[in-house]
Amino acid sequence: MNYYLQILTVIMINSILAVSLNLITGYTGQLSLGHATFMGIGAYAATLFTLKLHLPFLISIILGASVAAFFGFIIGVPTLRLKGDYLAIATLGFGEIMKNILLNLEITGGPMGLRGIPKVTNIYISAVALFLVIFSLNRIMNSRVGKSFIAIREDELAAEAMGINTTQFKILAFIIGAFYAGLAGGLYAFLFRYINPKDFGFMKSIEILCMVVLGGMGNTYGAVLGACIITVLPELLRSISPVIAQYRMVFYGLLLIIMMIVKPQGIISAPSSNKKEYKNSLEKGGQ
Amino acid sequence: MELLEGNNLTMVFGGLSALNSVDIKINKGEVLSVIGPNGAGKTTLFNLLTGVYSPTEGKIYFRKKEIRNLKPYEITKMGIARTFQNIRLFGEMSVLDNVIIGQHCRTKTGVFGAIFKTPSTRKEEALVKERAMDVLKFVGLEALHNEKAKNLPYGKQRRLEMARALATDPELILLDEPAAGMNPQETNELIELIEKLNDKGKTVLLIEHDMKLVMGISKRIMVLDYGKKIADGPPDEIKNDEKVIKAYLGESSLKEGRAC
Repeated sequence: MNYYLQILTVIMINSILAVSLNLITGYTGQLSLGHATFMGIGAYAATLFTLKLHLPFLISIILGASVAAFFGFIIGVPTLRLKGDYLAIATLGFGEIMKNILLNLEITGGPMGLRGIPKVTNIYISAVALFLVIFSLNRIMNSRVGKSFIAIREDELAAEAMGINTTQFKILAFIIGAFYAGLAGGLYAFLFRYINPKDFGFMKSIEILCMVVLGGMGNTYGAVLGACIITVLPELLRSISPVIAQYRMVFYGLLLIIMMIVKPQGIISAPSSNKKEYKNSLEKGGQ
Repeated sequence: MELLEGNNLTMVFGGLSALNSVDIKINKGEVLSVIGPNGAGKTTLFNLLTGVYSPTEGKIYFRKKEIRNLKPYEITKMGIARTFQNIRLFGEMSVLDNVIIGQHCRTKTGVFGAIFKTPSTRKEEALVKERAMDVLKFVGLEALHNEKAKNLPYGKQRRLEMARALATDPELILLDEPAAGMNPQETNELIELIEKLNDKGKTVLLIEHDMKLVMGISKRIMVLDYGKKIADGPPDEIKNDEKVIKAYLGESSLKEGRAC
């Protein structure tokens, strides 16, 4: 495949990841440091469905995403009673556990990973997938369910007082986010044709978080923009000099520090917060 | 007929008992105020009734059903709504969405209904929006429905909190210091609003320091001091109650024979 098409495809897969983490962290306000794990579960499950059970691609990636969603539920039930930092640590632990399981199971190929995956993912498939993810997510966010997610982020105690079963809805956000991430994982496996546990480790989780923070927490299109930047940046650096490309993590770090100082709400901040509206409300407030 | 009954309510935090075997009874359709000096246990009482805390001892019945071990969202669903002493709106959401969230426990749309926009989802969404606008009209905020909640002036934020509580379609509504920080005009508007609520058939339980408001609209007043109930009766009786005067103004004011 053409180099540029390949990068575009990766951008779309990364966008799905960023958008799905944004649902959990940006909209629902639950900091997760193990998002790449759901991607990995989706990738491994989809691959195994194809390699071992010879299921067709489409069914494999959807089943793979469903397995990831199931793990989202499993991890969500005990941990989502935790708040803030504690939840972050728990998701971090979950990521490490899953990485070690993948490293030691025979069926996952251990540290060798899985190879010989057919190449199916292309620009069109990933574009359709991204479109469907954003479309369905927008529908969810405009509904009773999405409003409940945002209410939980804004004030959990008040959300509960409004009749929202906050634990149940946080788990739901995890399940949906894990499903999308698992879908991205499946697409990833069928693009690179080879997966191993290191692809879905802590560094990948942080990379996804960087996309969300950079683009703007709580904004789907911000997450997509963040994914574009974080995907293209190392390629750009590589084209300048391969040595610089090795230091790409340094650039991520620098970028985040600068962002936090200059525009902590991200490049695209949450919707409907333009200046005109703010001015209007100030005038009304002064009456 | 009593709507809510709490017996022997006790709440102990560590070694400190914030409430000490307090009995409370709220009759259907009345406005009951809970007053008392700061730290008397008023907000703790609210938190017990709404399930934020589970009482160390005692039982709570709402419409004859025990609610002591229910979660806050379950109690809301049963028909008790509340506002908070320090405003807790969903600041980044619009005024309308805040009220729509209030109807959460009366609606059903799930993930699949939302994604596929089924006819029943569309119908529910239209109904929810219509009801939300009705509630906003009731409290006089309909013109501001597109504003972000955090951009409203203070008095209007308090109204929005009441609108949001009202949207849960409660039988009993608990207001925690609704007049705090309001100017006299805003307080008067608030009194009108609470009376309007009560006329609509809602039972109101009120925590308030503003005596003008309390004496004006309460049918009954309950006084707490150091976690204990020291008086319970109609406003006129409370005004002249020795224990109440002592709790508020101290021992010497009694000797001088001055009442508030």
